[in-house]
Amino acid sequence: MSDKTIQDINEKIADGSVAVVTAEEMPGIVAELGAEGAAREVDIVTTGTFGAMCSSGAFLNLGHSDPPIKMQKVWFNDVEAYTGLAAIDAYMGATQLSETRGMEYGGAHVIEDLVAGKSVDIHATAYGTDCYPRKLLDTTVTIDDINQATMFNPRNGYQKYNVATNCSDRTLYTYMGTLLPDCGNATYSAAGVLSPMYNDPTYQTIGMGSRIFLCGAQGYVTGQGTQHDPTNNFATMMVQGDLKQMDKKYVRGATFHGYGTSLYVGIGIPIPILNADIAQATAITDADITTNVLDYGVARRSRPVLRQVNYEELKSGMIDINGKEVTTSPMSSFHDARAIAEELKDWIKRGEFYPTLPVENLPNSGVVFKPMKQMGEQPTVADVMAKRVTTIRQGLTVEDAAKVIMEGNFNHLPVVSDEDKLAGIITAWDIAKAVAKSKQDKVDDIMTREVVTADASEPIDTAARRLEQHNISAMPVVNKHSKVVGIITSDDISKLVGRR
Amino acid sequence: MKFILHATTEITSKPLIAEVVLETGILLNIDRADVKPSGGEVVIDVHQDGYDTVTAAFKKRGATITPLEQPVIKDEDECVNCGACISVCPTGVISFKDDWTVQMEVDKCVQCGACVTMCPHGALKIDK
Repeated sequence: MSDKTIQDINEKIADGSVAVVTAEEMPGIVAELGAEGAAREVDIVTTGTFGAMCSSGAFLNLGHSDPPIKMQKVWFNDVEAYTGLAAIDAYMGATQLSETRGMEYGGAHVIEDLVAGKSVDIHATAYGTDCYPRKLLDTTVTIDDINQATMFNPRNGYQKYNVATNCSDRTLYTYMGTLLPDCGNATYSAAGVLSPMYNDPTYQTIGMGSRIFLCGAQGYVTGQGTQHDPTNNFATMMVQGDLKQMDKKYVRGATFHGYGTSLYVGIGIPIPILNADIAQATAITDADITTNVLDYGVARRSRPVLRQVNYEELKSGMIDINGKEVTTSPMSSFHDARAIAEELKDWIKRGEFYPTLPVENLPNSGVVFKPMKQMGEQPTVADVMAKRVTTIRQGLTVEDAAKVIMEGNFNHLPVVSDEDKLAGIITAWDIAKAVAKSKQDKVDDIMTREVVTADASEPIDTAARRLEQHNISAMPVVNKHSKVVGIITSDDISKLVGRR
Repeated sequence: MKFILHATTEITSKPLIAEVVLETGILLNIDRADVKPSGGEVVIDVHQDGYDTVTAAFKKRGATITPLEQPVIKDEDECVNCGACISVCPTGVISFKDDWTVQMEVDKCVQCGACVTMCPHGALKIDK
């Protein structure tokens, strides 16, 4: 049998004889008919995904005011948009936060409000020129009042994504949601069996110019997304579409507590079944797609991989991590991913949507997602900590501690056991309190036992964040045997920042 | 059935719950307790048959009772059925139906608020 062309398929759409199924239906069809048979019977497989895609935004052209203004800064509902472009063009990014409402409302919500037809307040400032004399502008618009409103997302539709869990002893608030301590839960994203790019993993039909379902409108892939990483199956795409044609249901502003805002974007890609190879690829199931479970408790670029899982396990609601049953939950909506694949299928059946082949495919090799080039060495705790630390043994008195602190002229005194292990910490304040209450017993009675510590090899930034989170000014630095090897204070860190 | 017990500082110092259990002979389950200097708030679960007796015994001791009929409310317009809330719930209130919509067994809810914080779409609210 000769392979189909995109023209053959589009003619079948025009005469109403096209055969379209969703990527969820395809594994069964290929199992029954084989890849050759499936390629004969099925013309298009539709996919879908609906999840948080931070690297999203919209170009908005406001039209000229009279007298005209060249906006130097502009805010939509107090959310700043980028306007380092021509006079009245702006780019509203999804993760930009409101200057008055903070994380509760951001660029993503402005975009959702525009799509929903709501009024948006605009405030702009400028320096004024001979051609654009105006310096201040305040107005209120809806999406119908402005010219082009074009969604343009530099990185969307990750082929797959990591699973997040948290082995630390503290609750974390991340872009993967709330992660409970001691691997209390695990969150994942992407649609598995319906994942657009996993159904065409070599991107034979996806690339610049592919017509797609984008938030309820017909949009386009404009090329590889930023951080496109085909080697590791972390492919991404750049997409564009007309905000004015979109459906509010598939453009949703979101807030991740403690992290910020993001935009839930609905994407569906139709995969034209041109040959048996493409048919075979769309037979992929949840069990075939594996991803890594990462420990977000480690705030570094390379997070430890705890295990591999597949999407079937993730969707069962429970996975095993280091012998513990951990509840999983998705951050993306499989319900709506399915709705998107179905809606795209309906469009094609009704002759309202014609797929295209790309003018240039997404690269499936030769692209590397590089880490950032950073200038100079990143300072670690070891670089700034005081290496000569005075400690005091358990069992000694508060008075002994007071003498040591006075002689040494410092505030924090780690308390160690007979085996030299860190047992607690005493501050000058603890001693003052004990004296005021005439409670001058042993150091053991007044020391803080839950000591927040640092590791000598960790970057200054994570240590500084921990000081801030616990509202403390110093941490003992301990080695893996809990022996105190140094002490780091917020003063040490401030001095370093001052030198930078 | 669940209810919230609100107690002022005068009675939080007494063994209020133990007294009620001894007096009524009805077993209670404490789902959540939050005691501050300004008073206490405890979510208590009791079998339906004992609800009236137990709440009357608490009221007699000066506590106020709020029945928890609809402890957590989901705004259907805002919910996108992502299910992010599922894994942070300590009592397994939330799960997926077969069609991947989110369902809640609210009688298990202890109003801890973890799902409200987790929900990216502000779709959940604790009814106070």
